[in-house]
Amino acid sequence: MILVKIYVTLKDSVVDVQGEAIKDATHTMGYPNVSEVRMGKYFELKFDDNAEHLEQDVDEICDGLLANPNIESYRYEIAEEA
Amino acid sequence: MKFAVIVFPGSNCDMDLYYAVSKGIGQEADLVSYKEESLDGYDGILIPGGFSYGDYLRSGAIASHAPIIKEVIRLANEGKPVLGICNGFQILTEIGLLPGTLTNNRQNCFICKQVELVVENNKTIFTNKYNLNEKIIIPIAHGEGRYYCDEATLRELNENNQVIFRYGQNINGSVEEIAGITNKQGNVLGMMPHPERAIESILGSDDGLKLFKSMLETQKNGVHI
Repeated sequence: MILVKIYVTLKDSVVDVQGEAIKDATHTMGYPNVSEVRMGKYFELKFDDNAEHLEQDVDEICDGLLANPNIESYRYEIAEEA
Repeated sequence: MKFAVIVFPGSNCDMDLYYAVSKGIGQEADLVSYKEESLDGYDGILIPGGFSYGDYLRSGAIASHAPIIKEVIRLANEGKPVLGICNGFQILTEIGLLPGTLTNNRQNCFICKQVELVVENNKTIFTNKYNLNEKIIIPIAHGEGRYYCDEATLRELNENNQVIFRYGQNINGSVEEIAGITNKQGNVLGMMPHPERAIESILGSDDGLKLFKSMLETQKNGVHI
């Protein structure tokens, strides 16, 4: 089994309003030194060992579904899983 | 004129659109499931508001891969009128039929109220019954209605007169108060406000009715541009 860990985050040019709300909450909690929060999404996709063109498939899934290229970027890690 | 109202799991303005077409302008409408694979015989496609697939992942993201979407794209490319309202607008941007993206309102809360819109272009198949710069009252109800696009896209939208409606006041942080845009060809309109909820004065406004009448006018007499 191959495990792919995918991280999707908003581009810097896009205001992260949820991140801002979370930052405000950290200040309310008593951590005024938190200067920025950016929120993202995390996905784990499992592929069969015989997956060909794995990176190409992952790119297509990210571009076509998991991330919106207008506002988000993504990165991923590929790991073997027992 | 025969309209298809596409129904996804989580659509909730489908009956309002059906009512706007059948009672508002006296035309035929069918509720068409997202599972269908043919839209043969329809003159116009309406994609309703709501929360398709619970807004999972991003609003409109999963609906944009539903079986019916290939047909929506085919009819759009044939030049048939395609109107997406609220979640319908979000779905049209996720499909790529319209540029840009709708994301969380600047103030990060759901907004539900009547707002003033300005008709920025009345030479379209959707707005020919309005006057240019006419101010109309239409309700909005969205949490992810902040229109965002890059500067090159924005320039192109303005140069091609693709911005059809702007908010009178910037209520959600959208770039240049954009509330509704068409594609370059002008036959696909996406808008966050709900004209189908403003077709009888008892609802608070009937300013939305002219949008549906415009489509009918175009079908009968062509567009007068």
